[in-house]
Amino acid sequence: MSPDVGLISLFFASIFTSNILLSNFLGMCSFISVSKDFTSSNGLGLAVTFVMTVTTAINWLVYHYLLIPFGLEYLRYIVFIIVIAAIVQISEMVIERMSTNLYMSLGIFLPLITVNCAILGVALFMQIRNYNFLQSVIFGLGSGLGWWLAIVSLAAIRKKVDKSPVPGPLKGPGITLITIGLMAMAFMGFSGMLNVQ
Amino acid sequence: MNAILAASFLIGGLSAVLATMIVVVDSVVNNYGEVKIDINNGKKELKVNGGAPLLTTLSEQGIFIPSACGGRGSCGACKVKVLSDIGPILPTEAPLLDEVEMKQNIRLSCQVKVKSDIAIEIPEELFSAKIFKGVVEKTNDLTYDIKGVKIKLVEPNEIEFKSGQYMQLVIPPYEKINEYTQRAYSIASSPSQKESLEFFIRLVPGGIATTYVHNYLKENDQMELVGPFGEFYMRDTDADMICVAGGSGLAPIKSIVADMFERGITNRNVWLFFGARSLKDLYYMDFFQDMEKKWDRFHFVPALSEPQPEDNWNGETGLITNVLGKYFKEKMDQNTQKEGYLCGSPGMINACIKVMTENGISEDKIYYDKFA
Repeated sequence: MSPDVGLISLFFASIFTSNILLSNFLGMCSFISVSKDFTSSNGLGLAVTFVMTVTTAINWLVYHYLLIPFGLEYLRYIVFIIVIAAIVQISEMVIERMSTNLYMSLGIFLPLITVNCAILGVALFMQIRNYNFLQSVIFGLGSGLGWWLAIVSLAAIRKKVDKSPVPGPLKGPGITLITIGLMAMAFMGFSGMLNVQ
Repeated sequence: MNAILAASFLIGGLSAVLATMIVVVDSVVNNYGEVKIDINNGKKELKVNGGAPLLTTLSEQGIFIPSACGGRGSCGACKVKVLSDIGPILPTEAPLLDEVEMKQNIRLSCQVKVKSDIAIEIPEELFSAKIFKGVVEKTNDLTYDIKGVKIKLVEPNEIEFKSGQYMQLVIPPYEKINEYTQRAYSIASSPSQKESLEFFIRLVPGGIATTYVHNYLKENDQMELVGPFGEFYMRDTDADMICVAGGSGLAPIKSIVADMFERGITNRNVWLFFGARSLKDLYYMDFFQDMEKKWDRFHFVPALSEPQPEDNWNGETGLITNVLGKYFKEKMDQNTQKEGYLCGSPGMINACIKVMTENGISEDKIYYDKFA
């Protein structure tokens, strides 16, 4: 039985109150590494949004029309990962063709979307929370946009921080982790507004 | 049992569907159609299918750019000058290009893809590099870790090259290596010997090609070679030649010395310093000692850095750079023009360049072939 959550609420909740990155801390490695550069962050954020939306939709169909009828739900982890890997491959080819500059600036992080736990996390949340197809797609899109919002926000903050007088030992990863913590606390401010758990 | 079958069919079927999707998207998205490659300002124009790396696209058209690592982007040998805009330097190219090369738009042909019309510049002699098919005529142990390999050419059955140049041996798949690999080896034989090629190949522990040559290659095996390549050859001047070789680096020097002797270029002073650890690392001694007897301006100086008591070594000892420095000061004519020819490990070459420049040879007169 699907939860009684309105699509609009779910969409905004997955962006703000239940941000996959800042409330669940999924997809941190590329979030920290790529956020040094704003353009790359923007590109990776959009790529993650695309992959998250498409893979959530496909994974929902695969789960409900293949795994459940054959009683193979226990294969969901491997199946979800196979689908994600294939979609990332396709996205990589499309991005290389459409924007060579973006393809090169993303470098190794583009194929690494495959192992971005945020993508698998969204697919698993969709299944655990029993979302219907439309809810899953909206949840995937919202979570992708949430991830994109978080990475571009961090990239923008880091741009500012780079020119700020940060104490020596905190420069680089130190101040970045503190910034992420503060961002997570700021996003917690939205938590009373909506609840999609 | 049924559950296992269902799981296998599901995973297999899903993978097949997704793989088909990838293939279809690849054939549509990566279809760049027919593109033109202009080489050396119109000297040659190729029409090719776009989408593949420049190195493989050119080799399919019979133009072989040297690539010691076989296109993996690790040796940096396949550099070409690109005259048209093909986008910024890739992260995989940057470590192998220096600032001057980047400014001149030199790119690694194994990394850049041909996606639209492109104009490039390559040395003219690369037009003559070909694929040769041969048969292994002889293999013999020169030392405990260096093997001599003689390959008789079958198709084409003759080769023209300059002494000092190298060929790329095409290593077939074996054991856990499941794809063809190419590695560069200097030719040890003289250019007058057109119907076969000789190589001195040292076993590198874990090396794909050297392990194959030492442990798998047998007489009568078929072998493919690509080349000849390289800028390491004798310059046509009257200057004294100071050659330093280490290990299998003796190969191109042997080819140069034999070639000079055969062509009667014996008016130049040639000093050959051959550095090794102990007696068991020395080889081809008879050849060079014999050459010393026949050619009065040829001087052969083998030196051991760690001679063993049982070696009973009476020759030069110490690092080859120290021996080289000593000969510069004590034995060589200080007033003659000199050129350096070095072949061996990068460390040995860099150290020898230092000694040579300190003794008056300008860097542009020092030619070398590094085993990088």
